[in-house]
Amino acid sequence: MAEKKQLKRVDIIFTEECNFKQVLSEALQRSDDEIIQSLLDSGLRGRGGAGFPTGMKWKFTAQEEADERFIICNADEGEPGTFKDREILFKVPYKVFGGMAVGAKVIGAKEGYIYLRGEYKFLLDDLQKQLDDFHKLLDELGLDFRIHIVTGAGAYICGEESALFESMEGKRGEPRNKPPYPTINGYKGKPTVINNVETLVYALTICRLGAERFKSLGTNDSRGSKVFSISGDTPIPGIYELELGMTLENFVEEFGDGDTKSVQVGGAAGFCVPRKDFKDTIIGFEGVPTGGSMMLFNSSRSMYNVIHNYLEFFEEESCGQCTPCRVGCQQLLLGVEAVKRGDKPISYLDELLKLTETMKLTAKCGLGQSVANSFASIVDNFKEEMIY
Amino acid sequence: MSNTQQMVKELVDKHGNDRTNLMAILQGVIDRERSLNDEAITEIAREMDLSAAQVYGTASFYTFLDTQPRGEYVIRVCRTITCDMKGKREILHMLENLLKVNVGETTPDKKFTLLETNCLGWCHKGPAMLINDKAYTELTVEKVKDIITEIKHNS
Ligand SMILES: Cc1cc2nc3c(=O)[nH]c(=O)nc-3n(C[C@H](O)[C@H](O)[C@H](O)COP(=O)(O)O)c2cc1C
Ligand code: SF4
Ligand code: FES
Repeated sequence: MAEKKQLKRVDIIFTEECNFKQVLSEALQRSDDEIIQSLLDSGLRGRGGAGFPTGMKWKFTAQEEADERFIICNADEGEPGTFKDREILFKVPYKVFGGMAVGAKVIGAKEGYIYLRGEYKFLLDDLQKQLDDFHKLLDELGLDFRIHIVTGAGAYICGEESALFESMEGKRGEPRNKPPYPTINGYKGKPTVINNVETLVYALTICRLGAERFKSLGTNDSRGSKVFSISGDTPIPGIYELELGMTLENFVEEFGDGDTKSVQVGGAAGFCVPRKDFKDTIIGFEGVPTGGSMMLFNSSRSMYNVIHNYLEFFEEESCGQCTPCRVGCQQLLLGVEAVKRGDKPISYLDELLKLTETMKLTAKCGLGQSVANSFASIVDNFKEEMIY
Repeated sequence: MSNTQQMVKELVDKHGNDRTNLMAILQGVIDRERSLNDEAITEIAREMDLSAAQVYGTASFYTFLDTQPRGEYVIRVCRTITCDMKGKREILHMLENLLKVNVGETTPDKKFTLLETNCLGWCHKGPAMLINDKAYTELTVEKVKDIITEIKHNS
């Protein structure tokens, strides 16, 4: 038996800044280079899923020649099993605004936007009130920057950065080809920093605490802490800030119900890890990355139902723009149903696995490319459940 | 000027006629009318100097920008995995019984529309649903009865 290890709880994101004005003012007084350097030194990587180093993103955007630049907070939070950005925006919105303001100063943006998912519209009035106060603070500190809140309307794909820009431009939320990346060609074709809600709060925090404090947490590849959204078969579902780099075994010891069969790490677009692999799986960029979504399943759950539910999700949320994803999602859904009914042999699952490989290579954006993650990890590990 | 023309004009005056304001304007119509009819779409197109196809193309992409007629209260029950595991089916059945409609339908008095939707970001407190913009969490069949009774009572 491995020794039971208590996971390290961290309290950075949700702590109230008693003297926020001072924190912000000090951050804004530092030079742009200094701020970028401390973000680079801290090892902070984006918390929205893809994990791009935040310091580099800001640096690239600042370097572009342009008459206008933007900073955007991605609050579309649509990945199944993710709900931490809602809590951050509810509890400490001023820290999100602060992170945006520091980013705006560094890259030279005058306008910033928060793209809030339509499902979170109930947050809007309060956010707007707090934003008005924040703008007064910016005036006092002499930063020429304004934040606007725009809302989505029930489309998961709009969390993908280029689809989000299209949506903000009043168009269908269809992802663009990449490159060019947002740092060069983002909202309205201008250099744009787009960051997850949580990333922006950490960026501000690193300005205050310094890179070293942040870096002292986590591992080489996954520095710092992260806010996790924990749901499913757990006695203690909720939102937890934990140090990165734990194994899934340690995680399950703390959050499982004693009967955990598998954990879906990273939402429907992420990976399903079966019990036998808990010990060797690290949660982080060196192992299984996650935007925070952790869904636990105990042995009473049918993994067929789980993958069926995810496939219904993808089939509906695919923007339909490219064939591998549009048709692929439909065929996968019909395929698993046919195998379950006995209309297709077990070997048909291998054909479906090949199809997901094709999607990974040929789909235009992360949605179609990532269907293979959950599909392969569930079908490979729980084949018998796909049939019986 | 028809009511729709009046409403669209107000919204365009408020937000501006640049295409970047289209989402806000479409949402403004939804907030008031719960759905976008042809007149609203063509009026928005005219006021914003876009083609009706452009406006419809955008509107039809988004689940919450309904182009079908909807009731005064649009109920969206989360059908994603965690809520499913926590008893979403009983919640949906209860609503179907209470409202006497199936998923996708609107009550004859145009008061309620019952829909399903994807993860609402309340998985730790499932089952969850939205009624218009308001979120309801940790639902039980008893709670659902009370919520519907209260809405019926208040209107
Ligand atoms: C289908 C899809 C959905 C996404 N949804 C979100 C989202 O809801 N929130 C988010 O922050 N990033 C989301 N992303 C990632 C964004 O494209 C982008 O990488 C992120 O906002 C960058 O911020 P970060 O560097 O701070 O993580 C999504 C990506 C894909 C492919
Ligand atoms: S992969 Fe899917 S979601 Fe992405 S562009 Fe293609 S059809 Fe749209
Ligand atoms: S699964 Fe229902 S709110 Fe997330």
